[in-house]
Amino acid sequence: MTLLTRRTLVASSALLLPGCDALIENPRARAIAKAAEQATLRGQRLLGQDALAREFSASEISPLFKANGTINPEEPAYQAHAATAFKNWRVKVSGLVKNPLSLSLTDLQNLPARSQITRHDCVEGWSAIGGWSGPPLALLLKAAAVSEAARYAVFLCADTYHSTTRYYESIDLIDAWHPQTILALRLNNAPLDIAHGAPVRLRVERQLGYKHAKYIEEIILTDTLAPYGQGKGGYWEDRGYEWYAGI
Amino acid sequence: MASKLVHRHSLIVRLSHWLSVIAVALLIGTGLNIFNAHPALYWGHKGTNIDTGARWLQIGAMRAPDGTLTGQTIIGTASFNTTGILGLSKTASAAPQMIAFPSWATLPSRRNLGLARNWHFFAAWLLVGTGTLYLTYGLLSGHLRRLIPTAKDLAPKNIAHDIKDHLRLHFPKGEAALSYQVLQKIAYAGVALILLPLMVLSGLGMSPGMDASWPVIVDAFGGRQSARSVHFIACTLILAFIAVHMLMLLAAGPFRLLRGMITGWQKVTT
Repeated sequence: MTLLTRRTLVASSALLLPGCDALIENPRARAIAKAAEQATLRGQRLLGQDALAREFSASEISPLFKANGTINPEEPAYQAHAATAFKNWRVKVSGLVKNPLSLSLTDLQNLPARSQITRHDCVEGWSAIGGWSGPPLALLLKAAAVSEAARYAVFLCADTYHSTTRYYESIDLIDAWHPQTILALRLNNAPLDIAHGAPVRLRVERQLGYKHAKYIEEIILTDTLAPYGQGKGGYWEDRGYEWYAGI
Repeated sequence: MASKLVHRHSLIVRLSHWLSVIAVALLIGTGLNIFNAHPALYWGHKGTNIDTGARWLQIGAMRAPDGTLTGQTIIGTASFNTTGILGLSKTASAAPQMIAFPSWATLPSRRNLGLARNWHFFAAWLLVGTGTLYLTYGLLSGHLRRLIPTAKDLAPKNIAHDIKDHLRLHFPKGEAALSYQVLQKIAYAGVALILLPLMVLSGLGMSPGMDASWPVIVDAFGGRQSARSVHFIACTLILAFIAVHMLMLLAAGPFRLLRGMITGWQKVTT
């Protein structure tokens, strides 16, 4: 009895493990699993579409804020900007807008800023608390006059991160207009450093870290994600991660 | 010895049992893969590998001055050599791998955070759906009432008696086998009504979206990283339950009991 069971167990685990991998890697099975993402998105939007992310006090700020992903873009164009303190850096807003914009760092600095001390949750599992400051994305959307047809804001970045195409991200317009969604220019009362996305990075506080694109050069309003990267809405999304990273 | 078939488990109980088996197996395998992406736990809201003040658990590989690698598990200030299982383990084909949980325990077997997360949330929704079905049925049918230990069940003498019975692998026969003993009740009610709901809540406690909508969950755990720690501890307890559940199944008659949980009909001696 015991022998039979043990033999069955060993045999079944030898069969089971590669079988499990094959099953969960099967594209059709994975498509079924990814249906959960839509359920999560709809569920969380139902519970609090306009809810604000938790904000912290200055005493709770992490002594060191971990930097992840690209921490120093190697691209010569970016390095040239870094060498001149980003004085020629521009952020373009285009696509489905009535007034395309091209803003310098000074333009962005002159807009009213929002400051928020929030928790950054990495998809890997760690959390760091930092104080971010910069103009709300909503101000740019208003100035650009987003057209009715737009559904997403796509962010194109200056880094390529082990890839041949630039890092990019996208959010829907609910998150784009959210008051805590800002283009951060400062971290903990100092200009953003290169490791954390200088000169400008996105903060989209109700989602995981990979949504918070660094080194932003272009913001495109669009009704489809298909033309960007491999069409899944972001660098990590193209590699299987959820587009909605609220969990 | 005469025996008869008795209808032991209702369709809803059987269905929710097996759906939970699938969901929990997926959740544990993918959960260990997800943990491997950052094999450390903290209390409070924050914690990283450069902000370690609140860290209480860490699994990793350490290289000695002579170059030999060991797997290390650090709990609080105590360090344990866990080479072969945690921190450093063999894979079927390759050299020892520096990974917190070994590849035979994770889904998928190789590192793949994206794929593991896809299936983790799929299984989480499956568990929530199954749990809702089971709890609704359990409340309406009186099933849960039979599962929750009564004051009489919890009398120290009764518990001591049941512990003795279990240690001697002496299981009730006949009609007595049709109602749960106190240790069974504690184990089943503990998993179905406490640990699994705690897994769901602590999982939601890690969600930045939920923290915005329902901050009360994160508050209840005392921070997002605390929720992550509770998620890990409750999972360990569920693994312990599964181990004991399997041992008891083997000791008390796996074919008879499996037949009961699959068809609903179980053989009892009369």
